[in-house]
Amino acid sequence: MSEFRNMKELYIEEFKKFESSLNGESSAPVHKLRKEAIANFSGLDFPDTKNEEWKYTSIAPLLKYNFKPSYEKKNIAKENLEKFLFDRHEYNLLVFVNGHFDEKLSSVKNLPGGVIAGSLTTAIRENSPVIKEHFGKYADHKNQIFTALSTAYVKDGAFVYVPDGKIAEDPIHILFLTDTGSEQILSQPRNLFVVGKNSVVTIIEHYSAVTPGIYFTNAVTEIFAGENSAVDHIKLQEESKKAFHIARMEVDQERASNFSSHAISLGAELSRNDYNTRFNNEGGECTLNGLFLLEGSQHFDVHTLIDHAKPHCSSHEHYKGILDDKSRGVFNGKVIVRKDAQKTNAFQENNNIILSDEALVNTKPQLEIFADDVKCSHGATIGQLDKDSMFYLKSRGISEEAARTILIHAFASDVILSIKVKAVKDYIEEILSKRFNN
Amino acid sequence: MLLEIKNLHANIEGREILKGIDLKVNSGEVHAIMGPNGSGKSTLAQVLAGREEYKVTQGEVFYNGKNLLELAPEDRAREGLFLAFQYPVEIPGVSNTNLLKTALNEIRKYNGLEELDAMEFLALIKQKMKLVDLDQSLLSRSVNEGFSGGEKKRNEIFQMAVLEPKLSILDETDSGLDIDALRIVANGVNKLKSKDNATIVVTHYQRLLNYIIPDFVHVLYNGKIVKSGGKKLALELEEKGYDWVKEEKEYA
Ligand SMILES: Nc1ncnc2c1ncn2[C@@H]1O[C@H](COP(=O)(O)OP(=O)(O)OP(=O)(O)O)[C@@H](O)[C@H]1O
Ligand SMILES: [Mg+2]
Repeated sequence: MSEFRNMKELYIEEFKKFESSLNGESSAPVHKLRKEAIANFSGLDFPDTKNEEWKYTSIAPLLKYNFKPSYEKKNIAKENLEKFLFDRHEYNLLVFVNGHFDEKLSSVKNLPGGVIAGSLTTAIRENSPVIKEHFGKYADHKNQIFTALSTAYVKDGAFVYVPDGKIAEDPIHILFLTDTGSEQILSQPRNLFVVGKNSVVTIIEHYSAVTPGIYFTNAVTEIFAGENSAVDHIKLQEESKKAFHIARMEVDQERASNFSSHAISLGAELSRNDYNTRFNNEGGECTLNGLFLLEGSQHFDVHTLIDHAKPHCSSHEHYKGILDDKSRGVFNGKVIVRKDAQKTNAFQENNNIILSDEALVNTKPQLEIFADDVKCSHGATIGQLDKDSMFYLKSRGISEEAARTILIHAFASDVILSIKVKAVKDYIEEILSKRFNN
Repeated sequence: MLLEIKNLHANIEGREILKGIDLKVNSGEVHAIMGPNGSGKSTLAQVLAGREEYKVTQGEVFYNGKNLLELAPEDRAREGLFLAFQYPVEIPGVSNTNLLKTALNEIRKYNGLEELDAMEFLALIKQKMKLVDLDQSLLSRSVNEGFSGGEKKRNEIFQMAVLEPKLSILDETDSGLDIDALRIVANGVNKLKSKDNATIVVTHYQRLLNYIIPDFVHVLYNGKIVKSGGKKLALELEEKGYDWVKEEKEYA
């Protein structure tokens, strides 16, 4: 066993090793970005709780480990995949193991011509103009240390490109699996989804582990929703209960585009999610829905920002939390309506249910409005399962446990029902039933 | 005897509401409990159904040979006790059908019966829906959510029809109903009546008792049953008001 190292020093030093593992690829334009990012990384500090944005989330537990960047592909058996698949909907499946694309386990069967669903490595190697135009443009690495780390070590991740006027009927299921073995791994999937004018696509980011271990996923996803496109994004985070999950999603919305996000978070000991969307032009619609289900000593933090930079856009955000045991949840949702963004519609809500005396949630919905002709509302609730409803169900012969399950389902139902892919909905319903049925 | 209440005292948040209730109900009987606002009628109903917020401080309740107060609320229901709530709760996200199916199958399981499959269940509820003239569309909706007052009350009777209890306690099921709805509800209750079950009708008004004919009428006042009699008592109360009973009680 090697000695414990300071995390920042470790990754600065490790960068040379990473560079040499790249072989010829270090001549690609992306490498310039990597070098900038590592320089930035050296200048930044990991946030502590004095930082307003990290007030309720301490990453001290994360910094106690020396997670090893994984440079090599790891082979896993196909049988490992089965339990992560939704029904028969894997016409398009991309599998990543420890952050690296596994072509053998992946299959893309039903996408319209011209649509690309594959690995970022390939897109970089092939000098794709899409990379040149979009990569690194939305997730700025200058002020955010985890994005700097991701950008410095960028190697692989999911790459989806839907050219103008293409309708992808079947969802693209992207499975990020971590297989830790004896080492504590750092896996950094870096995803780019670019959707052209008038195009439609559904993308599922699905995070999980082959074996329950301690590891660190640092994921960055950039999404470009072109004019009049419809992008449906589902994120299902069921990492190992001992894992760390830091994720950022940046969404850029063009005129009249429709973006919806459904983020279901079940796993990880500590997770922090930053989801930011921007309306770059008029007529856009954005939905951010989320459900977090916490138990044990899990800590979950979601920070969202919806930037109404232009007029005539609507956003709808609804996050729900269910917290048991000693878990802790943090919701921080900001909606900015800029001066020019007249006729904005913004709705934001966060509801939480606490199932034990020791669980805790901090919720902060925020509206910053600089325009005057807008319709905005926000709110938050924290409560327990309704006693009257419990008694009503029990008085009909339903057991305490079944009544709890029914009410928890009911609480979560509107977020789950807003997911349009039925197989995914069923998969999540089943997880919920199993979790509360004993 | 189906139900025997002996000297029942109960309080909530330290305040005594029931102050020594005695009541006996046999199978085949209909009992009406009347009384002014706040006299403790709903408290009695809730205590019998097992609401934990109410603390029983004295007395005993036997139901069908069992010590009722020792049973959990769900077991009371499984033993055939049913409460139609004065204020049925709205439960968003839980469909009426789902609630009923879960309830019915838990009750059947408890009683050693096979669970009904989806088809059998559907056939059963179709038949029972007719009894209370309930609109089919209410079934798939969330429990009581957005239901009118009358729909909520009919939904309670519908649940009762499906669960087929031995002892039904109807807490003000008549209040707020128009004359048609009242007739429908009463009709439903009458059709479900048999020599093997019993009904306790809690009401303010004698109106309902024109349709559901009680064998006994009891007046609950200030946490006690102060007068019992036949169905004529209800008419007398209607005529003279509760003050008459109160005075009689105070002079006694
Ligand atoms: N949860 C509670 N907390 C405090 N007091 C209560 C509670 N529930 C009932 N009470 C009190 O107990 C008394 C009896 O109430 P109860 O609801 O049993 O009366 P009721 O006879 O059913 O009246 P109504 O005819 O209005 O339905 C009232 O004074 C009421 O205020
Ligand atoms: Mg009452």
